Amino acid sequence: MASLWRYLLAGLGLAALLVGILAVVYLTAPQSAQTVGPDVSRTRNSDNGLFVASFSPERGVVRQGELESWLLTLKTKAGAPVEGAAIAISGGMPQHDHGLPTSPQATDYLGDGRYRIEGVKFTMSGLWQLHFAISASAGSDTVLFNVVL
Amino acid sequence: MKRLFCFLALTVAVILVGCGKPDFSDAEKKTIASLALNTLPSLQPDTTNRFADVPAAAALGSTLFFDLGMSRDGTVSCSTCHKIDRQFQDDLPQAVGVGRTNRRTMALAGVARDPWFFWDGRRDSLWAQAVTPLENPLEQAGNRAAYAHYIKTRFGERYERIFGPLPDFAGLPLNASPLGTDAEKAAWNAMSDTQRDAINRVFANIGKAIAAFERSIEPAQTRFDRFALDLATGAEPKDDAVFTREEILGLKLFIGKANCVICHNGPRLTDNSFHNTGAPPVADLPLDRGRIDAVAQVEADPFNCFGAYRDGDASACGELRFMVKDAPQLMRAYKTPSLRGAATRPPYMHAGQFSSLDEVVAHYAKAAPSVEGTSEIHPLELSDRERAALVAFLKTLSE
Ligand code: HEC
Ligand code: HEC
Repeated sequence: MASLWRYLLAGLGLAALLVGILAVVYLTAPQSAQTVGPDVSRTRNSDNGLFVASFSPERGVVRQGELESWLLTLKTKAGAPVEGAAIAISGGMPQHDHGLPTSPQATDYLGDGRYRIEGVKFTMSGLWQLHFAISASAGSDTVLFNVVL
Repeated sequence: MKRLFCFLALTVAVILVGCGKPDFSDAEKKTIASLALNTLPSLQPDTTNRFADVPAAAALGSTLFFDLGMSRDGTVSCSTCHKIDRQFQDDLPQAVGVGRTNRRTMALAGVARDPWFFWDGRRDSLWAQAVTPLENPLEQAGNRAAYAHYIKTRFGERYERIFGPLPDFAGLPLNASPLGTDAEKAAWNAMSDTQRDAINRVFANIGKAIAAFERSIEPAQTRFDRFALDLATGAEPKDDAVFTREEILGLKLFIGKANCVICHNGPRLTDNSFHNTGAPPVADLPLDRGRIDAVAQVEADPFNCFGAYRDGDASACGELRFMVKDAPQLMRAYKTPSLRGAATRPPYMHAGQFSSLDEVVAHYAKAAPSVEGTSEIHPLELSDRERAALVAFLKTLSE
């Protein structure tokens, strides 16, 4: 009788272990799915390496469905601010093949390589891409930012 | 041995009870919470209309909204099509005023929160929208000079208490408008700039009063909102806040596999934007290209946000300033309608193309290509049970 109880206990122990493992797998699965997503860093090198660009919401937070201003900061590789740049913006949601719901524009130069980008609006959750075509005295280059809502 | 069976039975029972409850992932819960009415932000002030929150203006606006006198022959008011007991719409595939129009009457709950108005967004403020049907020959079919005279005779005192003195009407033609008949256009062109501006100002103020009234038309709580609130707070749903298995499946599809939520999002279930969903054209109606033709119209509208009749400063004009003007995605794109109350107001789409929610869901599943431009909808594998579930869920937004 005693040995039967021991087997049962062992059985229960194993079952508990299995449940534990399943729980760990289940709980960590969504997180790991997120980390394989697109590169959402807010600072990137431009495609041909001419500029280091940072792109961030002016008020710090991103709110779905609202017109917002963002700041695009352009530096040379050496870290000098890029002044007098002409900036053209396009983009959209690659997964739904449609473009941006608004046409954002660079409306102001704030000094120190910082440009105000007005009219940015994300109307859906998901992956958005913003392409910047930048042309300055250092040359022309492009940079893409991924924004996930 | 007995104890063991007890233990096993208990475990099984716990698992079964767990399965009977609606079980949503954290991501699903977050999405569901974002659709609930309690997340609707309070209505922002409209700086382009300084009478937007003036009660006397809203009261006058309400009078005008229901006044048959606000039409060419005294037979049509806003409420002819926007019926107060029918969610401010008329249950027709295409609205009928003085004539038969080409589009379906839009329900008005929460409309003051929109950036664009009409199915194609050819107006950029609630007050600029409100003056449009007054002169549309198929709707109220009047002209702005006649409306100004009418306001003076019928509501002169009320008007002046809100908006200040009416202009001098001496020498003003009884009928004149830049959009009217040839005679009305000729009369308009014969007026001085000052006279035209004076009439336009009265006309804009009519729009501002009606807009002030429309700001009070808000969406109501539904079964879905009670369910979502309980889910968010972890409370045990009671009474009609309990969802059936079918409704839960429909909700999961709506925010999951069927991907409706990418466009029908937020507490009004609309992204306030324009999409081509491949809704078919209606035989016998004139060519309708949706948003792509509205861009030039809103830019040309003298009552738009850049125009002379806006109150406040131009910082409120971001939507117009940063509007997408020429992109292929605008072809046959229409405004995403709110789905609140949709189940009880067929027919559906911009020209009443579908007479039931079953037809709408079948349309999305099939995802037929658009006659012009590219539909953003992709075909869905949906079983009969899943289609019925989507419809069952949509109904919870009307109960
Ligand atoms: C003949 C019927 C009819 C009359 C009269 C009418 N409407 Fe409409 N209304 C419609 C139709 C149809 C649409 C959509 C038209 C379109 O997209 O071209 C609409 C659209 C609207 C919208 C836009 C809603 C949205 O979500 O974009 C508002 C607001 C509105 N009407 C208010 C009014 C007001 C205010 C009046 C009176 C001054 C009025 N309507 C008179 C039929 C009518
Ligand atoms: C790409 C954006 C998009 C997606 C995805 C989408 N809708 Fe829509 N929906 C719209 C637009 C835009 C309209 C209006 C189309 C028109 O009138 O031509 C609409 C109309 C509707 C209507 C009619 C409402 C009315 O008042 O006429 C219903 C119901 C509806 N959608 C339900 C759904 C369901 C259910 C799904 C998921 C299967 C879905 N939608 C997916 C954009 C979308």
